Amino acid sequence: MLSPDEIAEIDRELAHYEQPAAATIEALKIVQRHRGWVSDEAVAAIAAKLGCSPADVDAVATFYNLIYRRPVGRHVIHVCDSVTCWMLGEPRLTELLKAQLGIDYGQTTADGRFTLLPICCLGTCDRAPAMMIDEDTHRDLESVDAARLSAILERYP
Amino acid sequence: MSARTSPPSKPLTDRIRPNHPPYGLADYERHGGYQGLRAALKMSPQDVTALMKSAGLRGRGGAGFPTGVKWSLVPMGENAPKQKYIIANGDEMEPGTFKDRLLLEGDPLQFIEGITIGGYAIGASIGYVFLRAEYVEAARALRKAIQECYARNRLGRNILGSDFHFDLYLHTSAGRYICGEETALINSLEGKRAIPRAKPPFPATSGLFGKPTVVNNIETLCNVPHIVHYGAEWFRGLSKGKDGGTKIYGASGKLRRPGAWELPMGTTVREILEDHAGGLRAGLKLRGFLPGGASTDFLTAEHLDVPMDFDSIAKAGSRMGTGMMIVLDDQTDVIGMVRNLERFFARESCGWCTPCRDGLPWVEKILASLEAGQGRPEDLTILRQMTRLLGPGRTFCAHAPGAMEPLQSALGHFRLDFERAAARSAAVAGGRP
Amino acid sequence: MSAGDARSATAPLVTIEIDGRRYRVDPRRNLLEVALELGFDLPYFCWHPALGSVGACRQCAVTQFKDENDTQGRVVMACMTPCADKTRIAIAHPDALEMRASVIEMLMTNHPHDCPVCEEGGACHLQDMTVMTGHAYRRYRFHKRTHVNQDLGPFVSHEMNRCIACYRCVRFYREYAGGDDLNVFGAHHYVYFGRASDGVLESPFSGNLVEVCPTGVFTDKTYGESYTRKWDLQQAPSICHHCAVGCNIMPGERYGRLKRIENRYHGALNGYFLCDRGRYGYQHVNAQGRVRHAALRRDRGAARQPVDADTAIATLAGWLAEGRVLGIGSPRASLEANYALRALVGADRFHRGIDAETARLDDLVLETLARGPAQIATIADIEQADAVLVLGEDVLATGARIALAIRQAVRQSAYAMADAAHVPRWQDHSARLLAQEVKSPLFVCTPAATGLDGIATRTYRGAPQDLVRLAQEIVHLLDYTQPRAPGLDGDTIHLAHTIAEALKGAQRPLIVSGTGCGSAALLQVVANLCTALGRSGRKPWLALLPSECNSLGTALLGGPGLDAALARIEVGEIDTLIVLENDLFRRVPAPRLQALLMRLSHLVVIDALATPTAEAADLLLPAGAFAETDGTLVNYEGRAQRYFQVYVPEGDIRESWRWLQQVARARGQDLGDALDALIAGCAGSDPRLARIVDAAPSARFRIHGSRIPRQPHRYSGRTAMHAQRDIHEPRPPQDPDTPLAFSMEGARTGAPPAEIPIFWYPRWNSVQSVHKFQQEIGGPLRGGDPGVRLIEPGPGGHYHDRPGYRAPAELETVWLYELFGSEELSVRGDAIASRVAAPYLVLHPATAARLGLTAGATVQVEAAGQRWQAVLRVSPTFAANVAGVPRGLPGVPTFATGTVLSVREVRP
Ligand SMILES: Cc1cc2nc3c(=O)[nH]c(=O)nc-3n(C[C@H](O)[C@H](O)[C@H](O)COP(=O)(O)O)c2cc1C
Ligand code: SF4
Ligand code: FES
Repeated sequence: MLSPDEIAEIDRELAHYEQPAAATIEALKIVQRHRGWVSDEAVAAIAAKLGCSPADVDAVATFYNLIYRRPVGRHVIHVCDSVTCWMLGEPRLTELLKAQLGIDYGQTTADGRFTLLPICCLGTCDRAPAMMIDEDTHRDLESVDAARLSAILERYP
Repeated sequence: MSARTSPPSKPLTDRIRPNHPPYGLADYERHGGYQGLRAALKMSPQDVTALMKSAGLRGRGGAGFPTGVKWSLVPMGENAPKQKYIIANGDEMEPGTFKDRLLLEGDPLQFIEGITIGGYAIGASIGYVFLRAEYVEAARALRKAIQECYARNRLGRNILGSDFHFDLYLHTSAGRYICGEETALINSLEGKRAIPRAKPPFPATSGLFGKPTVVNNIETLCNVPHIVHYGAEWFRGLSKGKDGGTKIYGASGKLRRPGAWELPMGTTVREILEDHAGGLRAGLKLRGFLPGGASTDFLTAEHLDVPMDFDSIAKAGSRMGTGMMIVLDDQTDVIGMVRNLERFFARESCGWCTPCRDGLPWVEKILASLEAGQGRPEDLTILRQMTRLLGPGRTFCAHAPGAMEPLQSALGHFRLDFERAAARSAAVAGGRP
Repeated sequence: MSAGDARSATAPLVTIEIDGRRYRVDPRRNLLEVALELGFDLPYFCWHPALGSVGACRQCAVTQFKDENDTQGRVVMACMTPCADKTRIAIAHPDALEMRASVIEMLMTNHPHDCPVCEEGGACHLQDMTVMTGHAYRRYRFHKRTHVNQDLGPFVSHEMNRCIACYRCVRFYREYAGGDDLNVFGAHHYVYFGRASDGVLESPFSGNLVEVCPTGVFTDKTYGESYTRKWDLQQAPSICHHCAVGCNIMPGERYGRLKRIENRYHGALNGYFLCDRGRYGYQHVNAQGRVRHAALRRDRGAARQPVDADTAIATLAGWLAEGRVLGIGSPRASLEANYALRALVGADRFHRGIDAETARLDDLVLETLARGPAQIATIADIEQADAVLVLGEDVLATGARIALAIRQAVRQSAYAMADAAHVPRWQDHSARLLAQEVKSPLFVCTPAATGLDGIATRTYRGAPQDLVRLAQEIVHLLDYTQPRAPGLDGDTIHLAHTIAEALKGAQRPLIVSGTGCGSAALLQVVANLCTALGRSGRKPWLALLPSECNSLGTALLGGPGLDAALARIEVGEIDTLIVLENDLFRRVPAPRLQALLMRLSHLVVIDALATPTAEAADLLLPAGAFAETDGTLVNYEGRAQRYFQVYVPEGDIRESWRWLQQVARARGQDLGDALDALIAGCAGSDPRLARIVDAAPSARFRIHGSRIPRQPHRYSGRTAMHAQRDIHEPRPPQDPDTPLAFSMEGARTGAPPAEIPIFWYPRWNSVQSVHKFQQEIGGPLRGGDPGVRLIEPGPGGHYHDRPGYRAPAELETVWLYELFGSEELSVRGDAIASRVAAPYLVLHPATAARLGLTAGATVQVEAAGQRWQAVLRVSPTFAANVAGVPRGLPGVPTFATGTVLSVREVRP
């Protein structure tokens, strides 16, 4: 069930810990990096690889907000909704995003391109509000308008 | 080897060049790097620990626990467990806080040197960096630096020709603020749900995989090489107060120049906000500020001249926390701000203990209804009661008590806002047919 | 027996102060335990006496004062606070009171308040704690979070909305019982306790969730199907009949149906937990296949016709008068019933209801226990063992509760580490984390893989003969005067060394074995092991499992086995055969048995169930099932335990011993007319049985002149329950046999431990009330744990001759066991039946390959003239050469141990 690449990457992580189960989170992230999200089958495969039960792996997977147990779009937008960003216009940013994408938090656009999620403080409060798209942090969005937002989104086909 | 002649006054950020990639090993060493580790390897581990004590280094992760004392709790000597661990806490998810990111992105080697010395001092041969998932840039910088250190004998076996071995692994997290709590962090590093552990036993005796473990904040560890290199005296001299060293202070909110700056420990709030952050934007007045992240009590304009050090801020009725301020201006709805904070804390509760798991969502809902003009007068009674029921000792870890700090202080400093909101709601309700 | 108590260690008492009064207490305990023991009603959720403290629920808040001068105090959790000397706390302090009420209020923000339709209602710890803390009015006005429930299989219902997230379920299921298919998912206030997806809970101990859960998330599905409130159940103390461990149970009845089994706390035996066979095996009592009326076949070939009891009794008395009678007893019937049969037919005409081979094994168990030097291990003892050797017995299948205890035993070295680190043993997660994977030695040496392998230091797989050799080598290593085992390979010798060292190095070594392998040689070498350990200066603990609930009772009564009886029938000596609660088709190959039964004039069967033997009877007498009768069983440790009738069944059903008493009376023989006469007779028949009288007080026992009521004081509808049939209130049945009454009237307090019909205490309506009945939390019941040991181990000292070694023949049978399937009664209920595997056969891959068979193939198996089909399982961990057959599984016939099978593939 796991690809040779996934297995090799997990094995590398396994070497870093006293116990195989310690690599659970890494294994979940590896699989997610390859597949976008973690399906039930992937949970079972990771469990088999690490010598524990699917319930063990899923207990961990469902705890962490950055492990997706449902399919997500090709790109995931995380909008910081913590305090400084909120003060500096996160609600506005969120409304713009929702309008442009036509989705609410927790949803994926019909074309499977974007999933929109809130996230807590991205640690860039000096340049709030901020959001992350995939691995890129976009900052200084206080006065963002629809045009600038489109320009940003266009970079994520 | 070192080009430096006089010790730096801003040791932590001295080598950081904004908008430039961090130094590689050669440049790092040209600018004084690895002098600390070289010196440490010539000392006994116990002496390194003693040095931290006399330098007055207190943890920068929020609680301000003296680092030397923490290290000295680890069993040493023949009968100590063979395997021990040191973990760097780079989870940094406290809203308003972004200092560790700057340090890791700007000078990863300084941190690596620091944790290596820490490993030496407590006899740990393995270190982990627990880094929050979203710090992609920092992770890249760290990976590169770790690789270079391995290639150049700064990590691995017989470091710098000594008989000290030290492996360092980067673990990137998968989210959840509670991972920053040191025992939850240990569980997470073990691949488990990040539920805090009961203390005692403290990690120093039973931590990662049950072995003696020290968890230190990134900024804390970044101070270590300099203390070993330049001495405790020098370190104490950097500070304006009792606690040694400099501190990365920061400020965010509707300020002219929000940011983070390395300043002498004990710099006053006013200096940070006015001189460095440029004061509030035009037309705004200061109503209050959280001195050290989301989980600290509001202070107000009357506290502007309090020095930002652990004891002074405590005396003023708050906590220095991470030293990263969040500023509340007079145009921002204080109830909305507190509601935002409590939503964060409710969402990030691990779900282990009752008051936190079930109390925080209730608090959040009450605040939301007050904010929306649908509160009830008795809501304030419940909120006040909650600040007591979710206070220190009442919950399993410090998460919920931290959540109560901004709320309880807001209920005090901004009482009228809350009472007005409750009254407004009552009026609306009363006016309904 | 509370979490990890080291029984040897004692600690000087310290003084603590609670609400201004001083108490002398054990410093190794926590404040919550101690407060409960002292009689304080201190609420709690996440703490459990067997699971320890984890500090999650924050319900047990008390105010602690630093010293004499501290007037303010601070709120701490009692469960997480050690009883240090001079600890001062207040339970009644306003801060603590507010905290406790508020924790309930917060828990209730998401609780659905569906008590009227909740199976837990009225017996709910959450309800009790809510009332106790005084939280009465809801201030929360927002939405409640909701969850979707799961189908968890036939045993346990799931209603997640009631969850208060105390984490007890996962702590029991995973940490205590070793299951891995139940867990907690999600975070913050969306924590969800269940499986990764719908499906049967795999743990053999899943039913304990029902009692471990303090509210109605996990409830007994079989009970829910025809539900009755706890206070409407008629109950009596009983003993589980589904294996030889003899767990104490509390069955409850309403409207003539047995509704459920609950754990009945026993400090030395089952403690707080049962296995699922014990909890759910009761449904046979309500099953369609019950025999409810006496029936007589008047002519060969004719059908049996119902007859009234008097006619039945007279008929049997007449046949007895003709002589040429034989009686066959049963290891699943009480001592009293077996004794009554023996008394009726005469000792020389009484046979034990088991084949000679099994009889020899049971006798060897008795002899080994009695000879010493091993001490007989209770389950509480097993939990304290610091090195365990399991030899030949798949305890998880044949005596599951013992396997659960072995799971706790392997924590002994973890406790030692906790002690060294000054972490209290009750601080459960800290103690576990400190120890990580460290476990005390456990060696599981069996023919096939077992459920304990996962926690074993080493496992060894071999045919019984190989196990004998391994054990013999260990004997040799412990005592060089003893011979070595022949022909062992280097690995096995090395293993023998490892085991010998572990046993020698232990303070409390334990050997677990039994009759499951059907090997007398194995039992002898186990005895030799005990002797060798004794000589090396270690007094081992020993647990030997016989196969059935009263195997040792019948062994103590004695008598020849079935084979001798069959031989007497074969030679035409016998006209009338009386079979007591025994299905001979489970013990004798059918072709032979059928032929023999043809030679009888009269087959008389007394049984509760329409077994094949009962079907063949000429006279069938309906016997009470376990919950409908009283009697005494002797468990694996030789403890005589009395069980009591829960309710009076409908029809002609009566205790088998009462049928026999009445037949005796009709013949002018006096066996008495109530239970006590038989107990006295039985006790007088053999000095080893003398003490059974003390297993429970006699029928004359009264509390201030009153009986002990089986019905709770809130029992409803007594006058109206049967009004649709008869508006007259029937007179409650009389009970001549016990001090219990089928009534609400009587003495509610002061029942002796063996005769407590319900755990209930003012303000404690749930099973949590049991602490009010204990001397100390997790310790014996007040007045001592029920039952009496009939066997006292002697000094031991001599060896059996070294057993001879014979290599097993190819495809020689090795018995395997299933928790669900191997036991006769439990498979007759729907819930257990749905968990029973189809017939299978296990071979080692090499053996399968030699036979040209592949895993999953349907094979036809033949043994002793019987053929059946099975699915082939191929297992590399199974002993080579031999064939594993699940004993007693429906669809698998019976034959002698060691029979060589023939196997061929069935092609569709
Ligand atoms: C809810 C919670 C979150 C925390 N998050 C962090 C964090 O993100 N980074 C950190 O260094 N310390 C965090 N801490 C503090 C750590 O538990 C710990 O005290 C610290 O890492 C110790 O390092 P220091 O002694 O160097 O300060 C957190 C504490 C709590 C209770
Ligand atoms: S956590 Fe403790 S605190 Fe709570 S009851 Fe459970 S037992 Fe007590
Ligand atoms: S509040 Fe958004 S980055 Fe900090």
